[in-house]
Amino acid sequence: MTRPEIRTAIIDILSDIAPDEDYAQLKDDVSFREQLSMDSMDMLDIVLELRKQFKLQIPEADYPNLVSMQSTLDYLEPLLADK
Amino acid sequence: MDRTAENQRIVITGIGLAAPNGNTLAEYRRALLEGQSGVEAYEIRYFGKTVAGVCHFDNLKYESRRELRRGTRAGSIAVYCANEAVADSGIDWESFPKERVGVYLGITEHGNVETENEIYQIKQYEYDCSFWSHHHNPRTVANNPAGEVTLNMKITGPHYTLGAACAAGNAGLIQGLQQLRLGEVDLALAGGVSESIHTFGIFAAFAAEGALARHADPARASRPFDTARNGIVVSEGGAVYTLERLSDAKARGARIYGEIVGYGMNSDATDFILPNASRQAECMRKALASARLAPSEIDIVNTHATATVSGDAIEIEALRSVFAECPETYVNNTKSFIGHAMGAAGVLELAGNLPSFQDGIVHPTINVDELDPKCAFPTLVLNKPLEGKDIRVILNNSFGMVGINAVLIVAKYEE
Repeated sequence: MTRPEIRTAIIDILSDIAPDEDYAQLKDDVSFREQLSMDSMDMLDIVLELRKQFKLQIPEADYPNLVSMQSTLDYLEPLLADK
Repeated sequence: MDRTAENQRIVITGIGLAAPNGNTLAEYRRALLEGQSGVEAYEIRYFGKTVAGVCHFDNLKYESRRELRRGTRAGSIAVYCANEAVADSGIDWESFPKERVGVYLGITEHGNVETENEIYQIKQYEYDCSFWSHHHNPRTVANNPAGEVTLNMKITGPHYTLGAACAAGNAGLIQGLQQLRLGEVDLALAGGVSESIHTFGIFAAFAAEGALARHADPARASRPFDTARNGIVVSEGGAVYTLERLSDAKARGARIYGEIVGYGMNSDATDFILPNASRQAECMRKALASARLAPSEIDIVNTHATATVSGDAIEIEALRSVFAECPETYVNNTKSFIGHAMGAAGVLELAGNLPSFQDGIVHPTINVDELDPKCAFPTLVLNKPLEGKDIRVILNNSFGMVGINAVLIVAKYEE
């Protein structure tokens, strides 16, 4: 998957978890929790959805990589390169 | 304790409800008087095609889509009903001290829907538990529906549910009344909710015991007292009442739907499923004694009858022993319109009858084409409303599995 494809997939996941937000305005370098109405349970939903959709088992120690869109893409790009 | 003191008299000042045939008390009452059923064709995974009472309230009226996704259907129903009840009560909610509000909701069961959903999910991943949702625990804790109300309405007083099978709605009202009398809270949001149509297990289990309704026309499937009745129509729904001490209600000039003047609860102690006419009769007498009323002073008996072959006849047997000499006590059944709303049944059915205090009409039991002689009772109101009656006292029956009975008596309030 390319970086833009991964971004689209993440937006789809976020849209399901927090459906009341406007993702057109999402700033990639700002944390999700700062700009979206999300809490730790929502962050766990992102992990679960990545597991379901891409068979990615993300270790708990790596969860901080999912803090913003930019850090998420940096983390996922190599993992999803051949998906 | 002096139960006649105004701080011991508990009144109903607001009603919020979600019924299969109405999203407000006015809509629901109109449907009951016009013979409109809320039962429709329904399909659920594994079990397949059946019939059910399905609610169609606006679940985004008080919750965001994110909150809906996070919570449960029972929570969503509870949140809708609680907000509607508070709005209906006319209470100045903004300034009401939220630590003095208690939420007491009856449930028949809770957690089956959410557990089935999770198992269905992990089945897609060969039962790998790492796909089990972290939302499972907060969704399935037994207090969930009441807790969702407190989260949504920022209530910081006590909340919990009461597990009392199909007597749970009445148990919720009794709990609210008791907590008000004890002075534990100043406002009780009390009632019951059910999300049971979303668990295939309840349909499969009723079918396995030969107690699930079947009919080509869904609207005619729920038929208590009829010779051709063949079981229960499972429904979802809820009703939440604002209960207040009479002294508080009068002080704020509240409109009063009625006063809970008596109640009774007891246990059959005889069977897991089959009800017991003697214990039901005892429970009704217990409620009458607490209300200091004679059977002949009851104007409407709203029955629990669920349209099972044995259950309906057993309840009528109990009525015959308590109301034998009561030619002006009318008997009806609300499940014939909405099916069996489980934890919400008692409170939804009571709500459907409270407008009788104003309109003087007794809503009928519909779908009785041929009355079963075992269910015959002289004052059954069948198929069309009975008008022009002076209705002052309603007795509401609710009975549940494993032998739990809850009877409420509500009187018209007059200065």
